[in-house]
Amino acid sequence: MELLQRNYFELLALPAQFEVDLTLLDQHYRSLQSEVHPDRFVTASANERMQSMQVATQANEAYQTLKNTTARARYLLQLNGIETLEESNTAMPGDFLMLQMEWREAIDDANSAKDISALDQLLVEIRQMAQQLSQGLSVQFAQKSYQEASESVRKLSFIDKISADIHRVIEQLENA
Amino acid sequence: MAYSDKVLDHYENPRNVGTLDKNDPHVGTGMVGAPACGDVMKLQIKVNDSGIIEDAKFKTYGCGSAIASSSLVTEWLKGKTLDQAAEIKNSAIAEELALPPVKIHCSVLAEDAIKAAVADLKSKQPA
Repeated sequence: MELLQRNYFELLALPAQFEVDLTLLDQHYRSLQSEVHPDRFVTASANERMQSMQVATQANEAYQTLKNTTARARYLLQLNGIETLEESNTAMPGDFLMLQMEWREAIDDANSAKDISALDQLLVEIRQMAQQLSQGLSVQFAQKSYQEASESVRKLSFIDKISADIHRVIEQLENA
Repeated sequence: MAYSDKVLDHYENPRNVGTLDKNDPHVGTGMVGAPACGDVMKLQIKVNDSGIIEDAKFKTYGCGSAIASSSLVTEWLKGKTLDQAAEIKNSAIAEELALPPVKIHCSVLAEDAIKAAVADLKSKQPA
């Protein structure tokens, strides 16, 4: 099955670009999943069954990757031969790191004060920055400024992590 | 995941947590971050007139290994020259703390923080 050779964009029949039509993504994903659904391969050969399962797995990975802004940008950079080096590149701009530090302190303070609304407020601020970075990525990909895009992905990686941490703290406070 | 005793010791009793005046010409500040895990580390060193590091402070938001790595290096840095400080390798930190492979990047963060702090200090002091 040649589907296995395709990249995630090709697999889900979408143009390989940063902007993705999420409705189309959903539609194409669902139709591909139904095409390779195990029910359709009950009488097929073992080989065909295995291939259909591999495509189903890959379709799932493709869907999860393309649906998420950070993961999609990271993947698109990889397709262009650029690694985002999120494990090894620690030299983020000083003001961005300072802001991370401030946000972390604000989370600690809000946690001690059991102040959920302060955390909600922080999430709003963080979402705004994610939005800006995402808009920046559109421009960077359009201009093929891949190093800048790579830094945006690293920033979004911080933001995804801190957002998840805030949600966890809120949940803990709500259940306390 | 199980932390080594040394990591736990530094995590529970971190040495030299705090802040030095970043505008002091004898103070170098290094800030680094690891996108993969969201850790942020600030490391500051203060040198005396003979160029020996006499104080080091850190502030780290991150996992136990990142905190332990920064706590450990603040101990190591005191009494060293800037050139000696810049020679501290992440492998030595990882070995001392018995970090597992998935936590090696925490020691890399600490090494990069030292380098950034030394570079900041050198940029402040005309050669």
